[in-house]
Amino acid sequence: MPARRHPLYGLMAEFDRPEDLLAAAKRAYQEGYRRLDAFTPLPVEGLAEAVGFHKSRLPLIVLIGGLVGCVGGFSLQYYGMAVNYPLNIAGRPLNSWPAFIPITFEMTILFSALSCVFGLLALNGLPTPYHPVFNAPRFELASRDRFFLVIKARDRKFHPEKTKQFLAELHPKDIADVEA
Amino acid sequence: MDPVREDKSPAVETRTVIGPGYDYASVTDKIAAIVLTRGTPKWWWTGFALTFVLVMMLFYAMSYLFVRGVGIWGIRIPVAWGFAIINFVWWIGIGHAGTLISAILLLLRQDWRTSINRFAEAMTLFAVACAGIFPLIHVGRPWLAYYLIPYPNVMKVWPQFRSPLVWDVFAVSTYATVSLLFWFVGLIPDLATLRDRARNRAAQVIYGVLAMGWRGSAVHWHRHELASLLLAGLATPLVLSVHTVVSFDFAVSVVPGWHSTVFPPYFVAGAIYAGFAMVLTLSIPIRKLYGLEDFITMRHIDNMAKVMLATGLIVGYGYMMETFMAWYAGSRYERYMMLDRMTGGYAFIYYALILCNIIAPQFLWSKRVRSKVGAVFAVAMFVNVGMWLERFIIVVQSLHRDFLPSSWGMYYPTRWDWATYVGTIGLFLALIFLFIRFLPMISIFEMRTLVSPSAASPRVRLKEMRT
Repeated sequence: MPARRHPLYGLMAEFDRPEDLLAAAKRAYQEGYRRLDAFTPLPVEGLAEAVGFHKSRLPLIVLIGGLVGCVGGFSLQYYGMAVNYPLNIAGRPLNSWPAFIPITFEMTILFSALSCVFGLLALNGLPTPYHPVFNAPRFELASRDRFFLVIKARDRKFHPEKTKQFLAELHPKDIADVEA
Repeated sequence: MDPVREDKSPAVETRTVIGPGYDYASVTDKIAAIVLTRGTPKWWWTGFALTFVLVMMLFYAMSYLFVRGVGIWGIRIPVAWGFAIINFVWWIGIGHAGTLISAILLLLRQDWRTSINRFAEAMTLFAVACAGIFPLIHVGRPWLAYYLIPYPNVMKVWPQFRSPLVWDVFAVSTYATVSLLFWFVGLIPDLATLRDRARNRAAQVIYGVLAMGWRGSAVHWHRHELASLLLAGLATPLVLSVHTVVSFDFAVSVVPGWHSTVFPPYFVAGAIYAGFAMVLTLSIPIRKLYGLEDFITMRHIDNMAKVMLATGLIVGYGYMMETFMAWYAGSRYERYMMLDRMTGGYAFIYYALILCNIIAPQFLWSKRVRSKVGAVFAVAMFVNVGMWLERFIIVVQSLHRDFLPSSWGMYYPTRWDWATYVGTIGLFLALIFLFIRFLPMISIFEMRTLVSPSAASPRVRLKEMRT
């Protein structure tokens, strides 16, 4: 093995088909590896679970955003029409709530959608200006037709040689060191 | 790299959502090549130049409008709404098909939407951009249009939140924002593909910055799919609400011909109708010019034609109920309005609209017509024109004969009306040209989910999301 200039981020195994990657990820998890990640050109059913991801907080973020938009949108109209600048038009009620529903609805959707997108970016840690996996020589194929499994060096069970041996048992197309 | 095409029989072609012989790599390369390596075709330059001239005409017409005021248009009392509102409603309606395809058909798991979805979403954005121009320049003093936004101000006044016109501001701006977000979220993985495929440094940097470091991690994909579903769920009621609110602009008033409860559903159906006509108008030439017949197959054309026929029938039902209620309600003003619509000064437009919107789409019942791209294109053009005429009738004909004969009058558009209208068509097409040249017009990662490299492998697909 040639001398590395940088510390190791992990080991990357390349697969041809999503099913092979999925099976490999499950094997690695069974083997006790926990710091796993998989990279694919398309969403693969069950892969996130296979690398140990279980529950996303995204729906909760969207719910909170939607509630903020709903309450905020209605309050804005109530404050403007009934508190701050009340107009008495033939004694009609100032809190004419049915007329406030369309804007309340639109604000609910707007805030839900904004929290959904910004929540997605925040949870995924995007924008990420630098990430070690891009150092792997064939990683650009992860956005085309190849499927990659990475076992990170941070994993407690990680061993440069033994982990590489384990990955070789999974019959990948290629195994590469990923520099940090 | 074109795959083998020998086994492409017409029977297969009408059913499949993608041509045979594609795999992850060839789908990726074919769509990415349009942006990255195939260069700029001659027809692109010609088309872009022509539409750019129209954009300049739009700027000229708008500049003259800012100098002289809305008096350069044909709007006079009683018809104070004119082309600006006709075009606004028409453009907003066109946008609705994009959201229907990207959101509602995603929730309904219609896999045929995949290859037209990105394109239709872009169309939505550009149509909403064109639509947004009109109310802003119609307000008379466009530099004060920000009064419509509730902000703390020294005048201590608020927008009238009980007015449908203010609801419209919120509905359309929310719609534009959510459409942009949805479109961009879908683009992120494809921007990463372009970043990885680009060989030119500038393209690598630009697509790289826009992709924000997307690397296709399984966990990221999981959240991405979840976010797409959530956004689709949010966009679905939103798109229905937008044209409903637009129809409230009319229906909440007391003008004969506007004050009608059928307006919200009939406007929404009309919007989807017009939108699908526009998707067909754009996708038929583009699939031909870029050789994308394997991705936008006859099945897509057939399905879109069917949606157009169905929504066209709903619109026809709307016309019928409008006429019936004008007679049945027993209001003399309503009845006169309908009589004038059929026999008055604008009757020829009414009959042209019946021809375009009701008669023309009936040809789509025939499978033979639906299998001829040229015929479907012709019907779509009729519908584009017809839906514009419908808005003309609703806006102009209703206003020009209201309660008092002393305030009747005719509306004639001026050359500035036409210049502004044609100018926005130019702006729309110019944006479409830029889009197909610089961004992947077909969602690459979603196309990958449609191809299975071996018969044994199960289709990887958006399925129940367990969260």
